[in-house]
Amino acid sequence: MNDMSDGYVTADGRQIGGVIMEMKNITLRFGGVVAIKDISFDIREGEIRAIIGPNGAGKSSMLNVISGFYIPTEGEVWFHGYKRGPMRPYQVARLGIARTFQNIALFDGMSVLDNIMTGRLTHMKSGLLAQAGWWWTGAAKEEDEHREKVEKIIDFLEIQNIRKTPVGRLPYGLKKRVELARALAAEPKLLLLDEPMAGMNVEEKEDMSRFILDVNDEFGTTIVLIEHDMGVVMDLSDRVVVMDYGKKIGDGTPDEVRNNQDVIDAYLGVAHD
Amino acid sequence: MFYREAGDFKTSYREDSQTFPIKFDRLRYYVVLAIAFGIVPLFINDYWANAVAVPFLIYAIAAIGLNILVGYAGQVSLGTGGFMAVGAYAVYKLMTAFPEVSIFIHVILAGGITAAVGVLFGLPSLRIKGFYLAVATLAAQFFLVWLFNKVPWFYNYSASGQINAPERTMFGVFVTGAQTSAMAKYMFCLVMLTIVALIARNLTRGTVGRKWMAIRDMDIAAEIIGVNPLTTKLSAFAVSSFFIGIAGALFFAVYLGAAEVGEAFGIQKSFLILFMVIIGGLGSIFGSFAGAAFLVLLPVFLKNVLVGTLGWPTDLAAHIELMIVGGLIVTFLIAEPHGLAQLWRVAKEKLRLWPFPH
Repeated sequence: MNDMSDGYVTADGRQIGGVIMEMKNITLRFGGVVAIKDISFDIREGEIRAIIGPNGAGKSSMLNVISGFYIPTEGEVWFHGYKRGPMRPYQVARLGIARTFQNIALFDGMSVLDNIMTGRLTHMKSGLLAQAGWWWTGAAKEEDEHREKVEKIIDFLEIQNIRKTPVGRLPYGLKKRVELARALAAEPKLLLLDEPMAGMNVEEKEDMSRFILDVNDEFGTTIVLIEHDMGVVMDLSDRVVVMDYGKKIGDGTPDEVRNNQDVIDAYLGVAHD
Repeated sequence: MFYREAGDFKTSYREDSQTFPIKFDRLRYYVVLAIAFGIVPLFINDYWANAVAVPFLIYAIAAIGLNILVGYAGQVSLGTGGFMAVGAYAVYKLMTAFPEVSIFIHVILAGGITAAVGVLFGLPSLRIKGFYLAVATLAAQFFLVWLFNKVPWFYNYSASGQINAPERTMFGVFVTGAQTSAMAKYMFCLVMLTIVALIARNLTRGTVGRKWMAIRDMDIAAEIIGVNPLTTKLSAFAVSSFFIGIAGALFFAVYLGAAEVGEAFGIQKSFLILFMVIIGGLGSIFGSFAGAAFLVLLPVFLKNVLVGTLGWPTDLAAHIELMIVGGLIVTFLIAEPHGLAQLWRVAKEKLRLWPFPH
């Protein structure tokens, strides 16, 4: 797995494209605490890339760097061949990067439909005045067009029956699904999933895994995911980055990572002399 | 009852997302509009206009404005009285400076000026939230009232420090000044309220409203999915102040006719309108109407019952009335913290199945 300048073919036969995002020597410090230390890796078009590591390894911080919520202390983020300058998170969203959160961050006061519609807002053009006019200024028409796209996602994730339910009333597993729907509604080029299976039972995990694979397959969305469930990670992902104490200790296919001595040591512990 | 959605199929997304998705509701809405525009004006007299109808209409406009800021965008404001004063003084200056321009345009312009002032005082919201923001807007309230008291230019150097609305007509009918008929006052405010309510509904049902609610519910997540917090918060302040400015302009020019800033637009006004929004229901246009109706009608109703029916002395009734209104507000907030709009929603849910609960 050294030279992959024109992509590679995965174990299940999917063609993976060129690099769309590259992290170059990322370091992130909070005062004296070093959360991420000199990490480099790339993300290729169409692949499912996992970031794993023990608790406190810096996985979520890494995801926050990718999503623009944290600005790295040192290092560069390259996206689609351009170096990304310091940006506000909403500007990153407009580049086509969407994410879900470890502890669900939905808008509780709004219905499922409205929550997913917020995912479309980077694509919606009408401003205040157009909105005020509604029927006469095309805002209603725009709303309908986007509603149609959102309905496709609702069908895709099988949440038709809860369309009009306020999100606050939903059970945990469904909330996670609605959050995925909201991220998908943005039609992202890069989708970041922060522990999509955390706190789920086996059945819900299976559902979620199926949705992740389907999203990748059907929309060709590049996915970066953080997950603790090793079985899920090894089954879903094409390539895995392993972090420990803010450093990268492994990078490669699930099989390569599984047999990496540093990774085994980090997870199982190693006797100190 | 006819309150059913059975058999009322929606064949387009437009139909599915309309304001009143149930046929009976829609019908009721048209009936209310028809009564408000066609029947009430024929019977309205000075007492009903001045005690009930006109204050209700104007407070409803202000409550819609504040509800957009507090209920939809989640930014607490105690500066409503101050912003109403901006609307009142703006319309006064405009009316005296350009007497030939239509009063309708002046009222809209006054709203625009208030929107600009609102954005200015909304700037702290980018840094602070919740109670701290409430305190910052309280500063706006006191500063604006002080400003209109201290700078004589605002009241055209009149000796009393008051502002008096000059007489203006629309289509040959007086709408401000002493000669205005009850019907003209009522119709002018009703038209304004209808426009404001429609705009508010359109803004809150679409992408702008969703941005506001996203910021209200979880601002960090909102920013990560692409909401610009700066423009979103400031647009909420602008729209809210625009409506409140219109309410202030009408309150002075149509309702009071003459105003002294500390008395007409003091801190009590800010609280009154905030109570309307809370009692009516945060984040609901209907709630703004309900809250305004509750707080305007209740005192009038109590006064009529206590003085008219029971024959109590007026001063005693006035005090008891304050206590009853206060008590009701507290009871009400404990019993239904989500306001009249929530009660209404629950009632509608029940009606949908009535009389067969299963």
